[in-house]
Amino acid sequence: MGNGAILRRLLLVPPTLFGVAVVVFVLLRVVPGDPVSMMISPGATPADIAALHARYGLDLPIAEQFLVWLKAAVSGDFGVSITRRQDVLGLILGRLPATLELVLVATLIAFSIGGGMAILGAYFRRRAPEWAVDGFVAASLAIPDFLWGLLFILVFGVLWPVLPISGRIDPRVGVDFHTGFYLIESVITGRWTVAGDLLRHLILPAMALALPLSAIVTRLLKASLGEAELQDYAQVARSRGFTSGRVLILEALPNALISTVTLAGVQITFLIGGTVLVERIFSYEGIGNMAVDAMINRDLPLIQGLVLTFAILFIVLNLLIDLLVAWLDPRLQHG
Amino acid sequence: MAETSPTAEGRRRLAIRIDARVVAGGTIVAILLLTAIAAPLLAPHNPLDQDLLSAQLPPSWSAGGDPAHLFGTDSLGRDTLSRLIYASRIAVIVALVAATLACVIGSLLGLAAGFFRGAVDQIVSRLIDVWMSFPPVLLSIVLAAAVGAGLGSVILAIVVVDWTRFARVIRAETLLQGQLDYVAAAKVVGLTPTAVLTKEVVPNVLPLLATLLSVEMGIAVLVEAILSFVGLSVSTDTPTWGGMIAEGRQLINQTPWLLALPIGCIIVTVLGFNLLGDGLRASLDPVQRR
Repeated sequence: MGNGAILRRLLLVPPTLFGVAVVVFVLLRVVPGDPVSMMISPGATPADIAALHARYGLDLPIAEQFLVWLKAAVSGDFGVSITRRQDVLGLILGRLPATLELVLVATLIAFSIGGGMAILGAYFRRRAPEWAVDGFVAASLAIPDFLWGLLFILVFGVLWPVLPISGRIDPRVGVDFHTGFYLIESVITGRWTVAGDLLRHLILPAMALALPLSAIVTRLLKASLGEAELQDYAQVARSRGFTSGRVLILEALPNALISTVTLAGVQITFLIGGTVLVERIFSYEGIGNMAVDAMINRDLPLIQGLVLTFAILFIVLNLLIDLLVAWLDPRLQHG
Repeated sequence: MAETSPTAEGRRRLAIRIDARVVAGGTIVAILLLTAIAAPLLAPHNPLDQDLLSAQLPPSWSAGGDPAHLFGTDSLGRDTLSRLIYASRIAVIVALVAATLACVIGSLLGLAAGFFRGAVDQIVSRLIDVWMSFPPVLLSIVLAAAVGAGLGSVILAIVVVDWTRFARVIRAETLLQGQLDYVAAAKVVGLTPTAVLTKEVVPNVLPLLATLLSVEMGIAVLVEAILSFVGLSVSTDTPTWGGMIAEGRQLINQTPWLLALPIGCIIVTVLGFNLLGDGLRASLDPVQRR
């Protein structure tokens, strides 16, 4: 992807976000249901309720409400959460690192499992290991992340309680963090017991998210490996006496990875959608779990901020994946 | 349809495999339908009856179980088996209504886009692109939250999100069929575009549609369970598998059966619809192009 293409993509970001903001704003306000109803005490008079509406700007026409919100949002002020009575931006930024770490670990797991399985299946073609790999792909694809999460809860919460099934960190691990990226921070600062506890909490939700994606990676990479092995350079390497394992890893894999990352990249963005349910199932304190609470409570400013956050994450991830593919594939650098 | 001639043996093998899947999937779906219809006859208790004296009873075969409650009770003493049986009603309604509506809307748009192409195709394709750029589950949750709780909003959320599954596939299939000789022949014979569409293209798209519809019913059951799980479906009094899972998740150490049993119901149901769909595609479409 050349600089021009990147610039065009970046220029498209503001109008896309504007569109998302308009749709969500209108959708959430035209439907019945009073967002301040949760805050009204039993003895409230109509005047009290009107005052609450005025305080959150809910008494204005929708278009005007949107302009007020937009003006503030552009300067970084996304309003105050109705249920939590805190700054929306602060709330989201506080939770975002937890979700990003979950997505990061899930992606790493998916590509590790997928890579390993694909190499195994490609190396033992038409033998028992390949059938096992195909079976794994079929099972992982048939069961969505929601059910994987619940099955893990059942297995590791009831039958074989060796891993924690809720939260992000054991409250007894009393440590202070300077950033929200607990796992990354504790690894960098070498606090291995803390990192271990974080990982023990992270592994099940990350696995639930990763399994369907790992099946897609396995399938794509295995097919690409099969194609790459038939190319001239692989034949040449074989004719020079390289073992088939070496040809597979050193010659076929780097080329097969390019097409796999291109095709599986889109799926990574869907991991972000999956975090909503998986965080809910594992009581993991990220923005997905926060989004469900916000929607149940009709916390309009918070929903608005969270949906925009998800939209930004999609756009940024898609852009990063395109850049990664361009960097991996030398052919695209001259395009 | 292009006539290939599979060997007699191949045809026989195909037929046996198809029947097994249709029979297995069809049996599961039939049992589900019957359970939903006959819920008042099958359920040993009223699913809403609370009995705090027999709350959180384990399944009858384990220690402390009560033979009157085969699968135990929840924290309000409501009979788990009866709730599972009544919950199948919500699952069946959502599967039938939401999937059918999504199917009708999506395939009409897909047919129009694939058959007429040009501007219609442009509009439908752009719509699909916009829809597909957002994760479907997240979109369902936002929609259900916006519209408010209730069976109608669950169905609406599923239809609004999932019509693209039909539109995308049916558009591609219609485009493909439109290039085949029989469509050209029908045009040469002088059939009107409408006649070509309804008499020639639609019958050939139907096998694929049956498959998609069956799979979509499974997806609808799952999405309803997800929305109930996060508390955005029907009211919490009405038994739903997702609602039971949410309760079982909270009290996992006290009542794990409340988690395990509805998960089992969902998995078997989704499996049944998928088996039926796969089997139908194979048996309705002998060439098995895909």
